[in-house]
Amino acid sequence: MVSDKDVSYVAELANLELTAQEHARMLKDLNSILGYIDRLSELDTANVEPMAQVASRYADPAKSRDEADGFRYALRADELRPSLPREEAMKNAPVTDGTFFKVPKVIER
Amino acid sequence: MNIDALTVASTRIAVREKQTTAKALVDAFYLKIEAEDPAIGAYLTLSKERAYRQAAHVDELADRGDDLPPLAGVPIAVKDVFTTKDVRTTAGSRMLENFIAPYDATVVTRMEEAGAIILGKTNCDEFAMGSSNENSGFHPVHNPRDLTRVPGGSSGGSAAVVAAGTAVASIGSDTGGSIRQPAAFCGVVGLMPTYGRLSRYGLIAFASSLDHPGPFAKTVKDAAILLEVMAGRDPMDSTTADIPVPKYAEHIGQPVEGMKIGVPLEYFEGGLDTDVRAAVELGLHELSKAGAEIVPLSLPHTAYSIPTYYVIATAEASSNLARYDGVRYGLRSTEGKTLSEMYRRTRDAGFGAEVKRRIMLGTYVLSAGYYDAYYLKAQRVRSLLARDFDEAFAKVDVLVTPTTPTPAFKLGEKTDDPLAMYLADIFTVTADLVGIPGISIPCGKSKQGLPIGMQILGKHFDEATVLRVAHVAEHALVSRVE
Repeated sequence: MVSDKDVSYVAELANLELTAQEHARMLKDLNSILGYIDRLSELDTANVEPMAQVASRYADPAKSRDEADGFRYALRADELRPSLPREEAMKNAPVTDGTFFKVPKVIER
Repeated sequence: MNIDALTVASTRIAVREKQTTAKALVDAFYLKIEAEDPAIGAYLTLSKERAYRQAAHVDELADRGDDLPPLAGVPIAVKDVFTTKDVRTTAGSRMLENFIAPYDATVVTRMEEAGAIILGKTNCDEFAMGSSNENSGFHPVHNPRDLTRVPGGSSGGSAAVVAAGTAVASIGSDTGGSIRQPAAFCGVVGLMPTYGRLSRYGLIAFASSLDHPGPFAKTVKDAAILLEVMAGRDPMDSTTADIPVPKYAEHIGQPVEGMKIGVPLEYFEGGLDTDVRAAVELGLHELSKAGAEIVPLSLPHTAYSIPTYYVIATAEASSNLARYDGVRYGLRSTEGKTLSEMYRRTRDAGFGAEVKRRIMLGTYVLSAGYYDAYYLKAQRVRSLLARDFDEAFAKVDVLVTPTTPTPAFKLGEKTDDPLAMYLADIFTVTADLVGIPGISIPCGKSKQGLPIGMQILGKHFDEATVLRVAHVAEHALVSRVE
């Protein structure tokens, strides 16, 4: 069961500020969804490898699933290439001095 | 010219044969959009300048008598989760209400290079999170077949424009069913290719191991043409596979005689709507008449797919959406006095209720003490789901199922119950988790006249077989659909 305290803690981790109304609704919804998710515990997965991504299941048709390297496409030559010009990258910045992003004072909460 | 009857294939011919010009088509489509879209709400932004520029380019090619590219003059729409240079990209969120991306998504570039004309960006659930398009940060989309009903989601706008004829085809994205489910609800063809077949570069990330771009179209052949244009290795997306792209359109029209079609029993149990069951069974009957062998089989972990999906998808989403903090782009709240206050106020103002719910759930399942019990557990079950399909595909060429348990539901019907909404994707999420391709094609209508979709799932990178079966079914069922 998710508690009131859990909702506040997770909201803080996620940088979300919930109104009292949102908080109450979140508590109800998370408990309902997690209650449904709990059916995963019916399955014995002690000897099952976790699957984080699907590439290892197709990356190398010649090899078995266990041997295939799921990241075989991930490497490239380490070469200098043009990147987005600064003024392009900064165009969407909400507040900028033209060179840097400006943010409010950084102090401990 | 009757623009309602246009397909991808016929548009190119009409432009080549000078029955019309690309510019005249764009004029006609914008007139239709302005007349009909206000009641539907499928477009968020019209990209007129870009569309007319591309039309002029296509007309120039046609005037020179050049051999036209495969999508020459084809008016399309793009789900607003794909970035478009100089045209607003919102992801259906107030967070990105004024965001102008500095680059085009790869699928957008490839469509335009093939001659397609982008009419505009389509409405969707916020950050593609939803099954009804009611989570759009702007306004819901109404199903063109029945305006009181949802078009499905999250690519509701992209399905609706094809159904309404306010675009000839469109691009969507599928993370848990977001192409196939709205295609079923709107009575159009929606294709989710294999993970790694299409580039995700420029697709605003929801759940990176599950996000799949793909086309919506009126016909299976059109979907094949669009897939061929968009597919293939992209150096900008390291998960795209370096596997040759077949000539998909050429596989269309081959018979299914002797093929084995698996029917997973778990997809026909329990709450399946009787009209949906009848329509899909009729589709199977037609495939059997065409010479395919129907093989009943089991995908034993099916009941665990929704719980697995909502752990993995929300975990990835909570991480991907951490970037919306008001610093580099998108909304910034002016209220916060400190940096962390600014973050929280910005995210509170910019995200809608469903996005917050998923960020919370994803953060929870990744948090200390719960990671093993939820996230790692779900990843292990994901392996079990993949094994189910490995075993099935050792016996059969494709699987056929209903796309959704019911036809389109009413606007507002499920908005108060997130879990009920999640279950609308019960037949589609597993293919996303396993990375296999799937298509939804119209296979009939309910007693109330609502479209019903039939899903065909195939082996990794075997879109050709999926399309071939879909094409045979499409032609056998044509009288049931119209």
